[in-house]
Amino acid sequence: MADTPVVLEVRGLTKRFPGVLANDHIDLKLCKGEVLGLLGENGAGKSTLMNLIYGLYKPDEGEILINGESVVIHDPNDAIRRGIGMVHQHFQLVPVLTVTENIMLGNETVRGLGFLNQRAAKKRILELANQYGLTVNPDALVQDLPVGVQQRVEILKALYRKAEILILDEPTAVLTPQEIEGLFNIIDTLTARGVSIIFISHKLKEVLRICDRVTVLRLGKVVGDADPKQSTQESLASMMVGRSVLLRVDKPPAQPRESVLKVEGLNLTDDRGVQVVKDFALEVFAGEILGIAGVQGNGQTELIEAITGLRATESGTILLDGKNITGVTPRLVTQAGVAHVPEDRQKNGMVSSFLIKDNMRLQSYYRAPYAMGILSNDAVINETAEKWTQAYDVRPANIFNSMGALSGGNQQKAVIAREFSRDQIRLLIVAQPTRGLDVGSIEFIHKQIVRLRDEGTAVLLVSTELDEILSLSDRIAVMYAGRVIDTMPADQANRESIGLLMAGVKREDPAPEPLGVSTHG
Amino acid sequence: MATLTDQRKTESSWLTGWREHIRITRAGVFGLLSLFLGALLLLRVAPTYDPTLITTLTFEGQIPDLRFFAVGFMNAVGVIYVLGGLFALIPIEHRLLHSLKLIWLGINLALFVPTVLVITAIGTSTNMLETLTSGFRLATPIVIGALAGIWCERSGVVNIAIEGMMLTGACLGFITVFLLAPYLQSQQAQFLGVLIATLMGGVMALLHAWLSITFRTDQIVSGTVINILALGLTSFLRDEILLAAPGGEGGVSTGTLPILAIPILSDLPLIGPSLFTGQPIFLMMFVLVIGTHVILYYTRWGLRTRAVGENPKAADTLGINVIRNRYINVIIGGLLAGFAGAWFSLEATSSFDNGMTGGLGFIALAAMIFGKWTPLGATIGGLLFGFSQAFRTRFQILEVPIPEEFIQMIPYIVTMIVLAGLVGKATAPKADGVPYKKE
Ligand SMILES: Nc1ncnc2c1ncn2[C@@H]1O[C@H](COP(=O)(O)OP(=O)(O)O)[C@@H](O)[C@H]1O
Ligand SMILES: [Mg+2]
Repeated sequence: MADTPVVLEVRGLTKRFPGVLANDHIDLKLCKGEVLGLLGENGAGKSTLMNLIYGLYKPDEGEILINGESVVIHDPNDAIRRGIGMVHQHFQLVPVLTVTENIMLGNETVRGLGFLNQRAAKKRILELANQYGLTVNPDALVQDLPVGVQQRVEILKALYRKAEILILDEPTAVLTPQEIEGLFNIIDTLTARGVSIIFISHKLKEVLRICDRVTVLRLGKVVGDADPKQSTQESLASMMVGRSVLLRVDKPPAQPRESVLKVEGLNLTDDRGVQVVKDFALEVFAGEILGIAGVQGNGQTELIEAITGLRATESGTILLDGKNITGVTPRLVTQAGVAHVPEDRQKNGMVSSFLIKDNMRLQSYYRAPYAMGILSNDAVINETAEKWTQAYDVRPANIFNSMGALSGGNQQKAVIAREFSRDQIRLLIVAQPTRGLDVGSIEFIHKQIVRLRDEGTAVLLVSTELDEILSLSDRIAVMYAGRVIDTMPADQANRESIGLLMAGVKREDPAPEPLGVSTHG
Repeated sequence: MATLTDQRKTESSWLTGWREHIRITRAGVFGLLSLFLGALLLLRVAPTYDPTLITTLTFEGQIPDLRFFAVGFMNAVGVIYVLGGLFALIPIEHRLLHSLKLIWLGINLALFVPTVLVITAIGTSTNMLETLTSGFRLATPIVIGALAGIWCERSGVVNIAIEGMMLTGACLGFITVFLLAPYLQSQQAQFLGVLIATLMGGVMALLHAWLSITFRTDQIVSGTVINILALGLTSFLRDEILLAAPGGEGGVSTGTLPILAIPILSDLPLIGPSLFTGQPIFLMMFVLVIGTHVILYYTRWGLRTRAVGENPKAADTLGINVIRNRYINVIIGGLLAGFAGAWFSLEATSSFDNGMTGGLGFIALAAMIFGKWTPLGATIGGLLFGFSQAFRTRFQILEVPIPEEFIQMIPYIVTMIVLAGLVGKATAPKADGVPYKKE
């Protein structure tokens, strides 16, 4: 480190929120052209630290040095002026504006009288895009872009402001494996051109792969540095969590019983009327976990919506325990014994302005014992909510907090607590159950899914995370272009075979086959 | 299944309600309505008239008179209605087809008023230039009011107080003229009156901004407060100043704002007298519409405003001052509303009455929503409402045998049909009505 100059240094940086010491005397160094990994559980204080550096929060104590000079950063303008760019964990884009407008916003090129000079801006964007391999269409509306491209827009925003230090806060959390590869290529190009990067993640494999150095945070403190070349996923995980963590799912072999869910000849269209699920067939048995693998956007979302009664079907039948539940209301589906942990938990899994206890009765508020006639039975509601949040380790465990105040991981635990604890579940649908969660929470949630399976529930797991599918499923169905392209027992599957299927290439076939592949293995 | 014990429902009925078979769509409802009206026209109305009768629409010699065989016209429109209705009822879901259905229904809606006009003026002639001219004039406060709403709401502050801001402007503008008239030339007094009206709208907006941006009060509540405040304040001032003056309200007569003619353009036939000749607030409307459009879409300020109204957090992370942006936009909106208020008391009339804005501030909001928060769209909305008022007057002149009250309702019914039926889902700026709080 002696040979490369330090571009950013943080000394004793401290930030308190009411009741939380989010950053506790943090020391950190970033050298020119390196990728520094910042690792820590949900709530460890990573985003807070970055917001301090970017001027969105003001530190209570400590100092920030840029190129060896102590600076005070009042607001993002200061940070931008000093060459700091940040891609936030939740993208800060305006969906109805174009890529160019989003990138130039706040730093517009104008021709006298404040008239925008879009052409000049576009030219610079295209130059930057070519230089760093960030392909975008500057005229596209951001809302029409896939997340991977939106992220490129965010990175371009920073580069457009001549960022020398780029903070990427959990950049891979929302990306597909292919998009992650693309991002890593971009990071390589950036560092080769002298940009220094802080890469935040709790995905150990990525950190090991891309970072030159790793700093680990736990509960607001730096617990140590690690050299990725001499670390393993296990060693980093225990540093991060403070105990040893089981990264592999430990489960007895499945004992499948009767058929619970049977889908036949299902055809679905998406919101724009495009057919996304075609002639789909699937069967899930009690006591097994069926994992649906596939690149996002191959019809998984619509399939789940149809099963749970949230989307009208074009044709086909969905049977639950032999009973036809095609096209019935979500309430009837729930009553029939389907539990659903939705893909987008904040949008479809909870009401963030409600208290935790009220979120716990979202599907059962109208029934005894939660309701007595038209009145709510608060005693039972509170008692149940108390029991469930404790059983699922939702922290902080105050059921009178609003759901929105919980961290992402704890929101997911709360949603899971509700869905897993409702009585008489026959079918459990879990979509992206661990997206954005840290290793400790993932371990816990995986255990709970296996527990439900062993109690005889049929589990339908949908995930774009290949490792999750491989380690948790008993049987794997790969979905491609709206169909199941192949099904196999999990012990006969590996990353390569599934990866090929996800790209639409079937084992026996030498070349990708157009639609029309048989649905039987 | 214990959880499925709702035994009242038989297997088939809980699977398929009638809703599965009959889809109620917007196009369907309006298609039926159109079919009904077309049939009524063809079978009941047209046959009752002598087919040789002619309706003449005159334009004061600006362009040649239009003469229709009234019954032929009715039959033609009836056929268009029936076919449009049937077309809208085609039970196939297809995007292009859907757009075509809505376009046809829109044409039907647009034909409605001329048809009623041709029927009511049957055998006589009626002056259309007058209706055209008054339609544009009556649209003035609605269009400018809608622009006021756009400035506010595009930056993320809901403004239902346009009515109150207009009323304040109308009242104080008139009081200014009333008090200054003895000392100044009437044009100078009027100029100051318009200026004060504009500024007072801005002051009311400042109050709205202060309540809803700084104190993050619910913006509907803040708007309602301002509307009520404006009603009370203006009626108090009217009692204390206007009615208390010696000789009462009519004590000073300054007349309305002068009529100006734009050189060259005002000599054009038809649009010359209707569009390019008129009083100053009316003429300013065109400048304001174009100005708002250009600022919103082609300048730095407009870009920032749209960003702040959609995603203030994103704007904040790029160093844009969200609070300042909102304050300025709300105040600009208020200035426009106050200016529109002067139209009532200084341009259309030269007096002030309690509640004289008559709900047009709310119609302006409807025009804004009709235009999906765009200046040009809102202008079309405002003109639509202005013209339905002008036609109402025309019907009153023609002594249509329909109760007066129903004719009075026309602009409001048009508002409802247009908002519910043809605009479709209007999407407000994402952050509209959501106070911004920096953490
Ligand atoms: N604006 C805020 N107000 C109060 N507490 C906050 C705020 N932001 C973060 N926290 C708390 O600070 C801690 C660190 O959060 P954060 O920096 O977001 O963690 P990470 O990014 O590592 O997941 C958490 O306990 C979180 O609840
Ligand atoms: Mg974070």
